[in-house]
Amino acid sequence: MLEKLDLLLVREIISSIFILTGVAFMLISTIGLLRFPDFYIRMSAITKGATLGVGLILMGLGIYFNQPSMLLKVLVIVSFTFITAPVAAHVIGRTAVQNKIPFWDRTNLKELEDYLQKEDLSEKESDIKVKKG
Amino acid sequence: MNLFSVTLIIAIGALSVCLVLTAIRFALGPTLPDRITAFDLFVANVIGIIAIYTELTGNADFIDVAIILSLFGFLGSISFAYYLMKTTR
Repeated sequence: MLEKLDLLLVREIISSIFILTGVAFMLISTIGLLRFPDFYIRMSAITKGATLGVGLILMGLGIYFNQPSMLLKVLVIVSFTFITAPVAAHVIGRTAVQNKIPFWDRTNLKELEDYLQKEDLSEKESDIKVKKG
Repeated sequence: MNLFSVTLIIAIGALSVCLVLTAIRFALGPTLPDRITAFDLFVANVIGIIAIYTELTGNADFIDVAIILSLFGFLGSISFAYYLMKTTR
């Protein structure tokens, strides 16, 4: 029974499942980009969904080719995407908060306001310290 | 044309629909950070399309394009955010 198993067919089936799951994640995150009400919620949808979708598509590619060099390249792309996507989202979100991009009116902003007040106080204290020094 | 390539072509079609929807958000996004995140999603979609095209043709050389594109997408979004931070202060 096992000798008759077509390994190419098995790889094609597993790879198709991975790729279709990844494409579904990409489609859902793109609809989220188009439909969500606020910049910050949109950015959250993209950062999670598109990163997972790209990772799944590239994993399907690595399984289909069945070569160590291809798997290495795929792992390089996946690890790079998984490292850099949260960094880019963090930088863009911080810039948006500094530029006063408006929030959705139903967002709970209490913790952010407390944090900004604390930040302002610490900045003033550091300014005073710099002037004294 | 077997079932596997039909599946891959359907996946490429769905990613193309993703590109069109992202372009709509890019056109009507109210602020500049919206456009930067839409650009990020553009790059992710194009990486997915290149990966599926590599699998469809069986030519393993195309995956290098995806490596370079993931690098430049990160650099592009970071430099846009840096520009935005510099111009508003």
